[in-house]
Amino acid sequence: MVDARGYLCPMPVIMVQKEVKKNTPRTLEVLVDDACAKENVTRFGTSQGYKVTVKETDDGFKLTLTK
Amino acid sequence: MKKLNGKVNILVIISGIAVGIAALVLTFLGNPKNMGFCIACFERDIAGALSLHSAAKVQYMRPEIMGLILGAFIIALITKEFKPKAGSSPATRFVLGMAVMIGGLAFLGCPLRMVIRIGGGDVNAMIALLGFVLGVFIGTVFLKRGFTMQRAYKATLVEGSTMPAVAVMLLILGITAPAFIKISVEGPGSMHAPFFIALVVALVIGALAQKSRLCMVGGVRDVILFGDFKLLYGFVAIIITIVIGNLIMGNFNLSMQSQPIAHSSTLWNVLGMMIVGWGSVLLGGCPLRQLVLAGEGNGDCAVTVFGMIVGAAVSHNFGLAGNPDSTNELGEYVVGGISNAGKTAVIICIAIVLIISVLNCKKEAKNNG
Repeated sequence: MVDARGYLCPMPVIMVQKEVKKNTPRTLEVLVDDACAKENVTRFGTSQGYKVTVKETDDGFKLTLTK
Repeated sequence: MKKLNGKVNILVIISGIAVGIAALVLTFLGNPKNMGFCIACFERDIAGALSLHSAAKVQYMRPEIMGLILGAFIIALITKEFKPKAGSSPATRFVLGMAVMIGGLAFLGCPLRMVIRIGGGDVNAMIALLGFVLGVFIGTVFLKRGFTMQRAYKATLVEGSTMPAVAVMLLILGITAPAFIKISVEGPGSMHAPFFIALVVALVIGALAQKSRLCMVGGVRDVILFGDFKLLYGFVAIIITIVIGNLIMGNFNLSMQSQPIAHSSTLWNVLGMMIVGWGSVLLGGCPLRQLVLAGEGNGDCAVTVFGMIVGAAVSHNFGLAGNPDSTNELGEYVVGGISNAGKTAVIICIAIVLIISVLNCKKEAKNNG
């Protein structure tokens, strides 16, 4: 799980990038709290071969990246 | 997913073209040449209008700044993207905002004006682009090494609305023009497009910039960090639009000398824009993006904008800003540049941005350990 809530872009993508490089997870959940971070993490995840699903939460979005 | 990406990219390009056209139109209607839509210059003019500095040639309540904030605010409200938040190292951001402004005014412009100047054929701006890219690169190195100003948290509606409210107050001052609001009678501050036209144009650009996430720093940064060209399309679209517009209007002048409100002191142009690139990467976006994010309810970005306005005041009160090249009474070309105080300030700003970069990396390393 990467909790990127409260961080301005590009920090959420960098946090996800580090996690992907370090652990190459098959599934990764990412919490973000603004639409810009949601779009950027989605684009990054897709570029890395993940399928990205987005669910709206009380304070933002929960993205699930799966391979 | 591919469809979504396509739509976003097109919106960035449309926004870039719109910014370019806006800069050309506003220049045609009276804004200073090769300036059109400069965030640093216009915040400096507002600082002057409020008597925060007393440089008589750069004082005017520029409605473009308020329009950008309110355009972003209105569209964020409509699309439910207005989210008050704050608490990510506000004092550090204030200082970085000051440094970015001092660096920008050494060059005589923000990244947006650099792009506009490039589109006008200003070779000084083309060279300064190298400093800007170097600054962005250094900033990304620190981001990769764990630089963080910590997260922000959900804030009150009052906190999120502060910047839009300030923008409304500044607009009222601009419209009513009470005696204490300064307006230049000569120099760049005296050159301006009609108030309400500039405001409407900026409202549209603010809304477009909010939706497209247009950011001059982000364009270069995301290519370096992720190989992501999305925001760079906007950057390039502005340059192409301005070049075409200037060629049509006969305003394209490929030269280092005799450029409008610019100096040909290469080293200080490069170092000034290096600070802007580096500082803006740490801040999460260029001066334009800071205005947009402040309009979206981000209190930290509002603090950054206040820091930039104070930075402009400091810059002019202490003679740190660049002096444009000019022609004297004998018709001789006089090279401008920056004063010794300005050179010292640029070096101090580099040191400050470096210290902030290094210390905020160490802090994260300790926390992780």
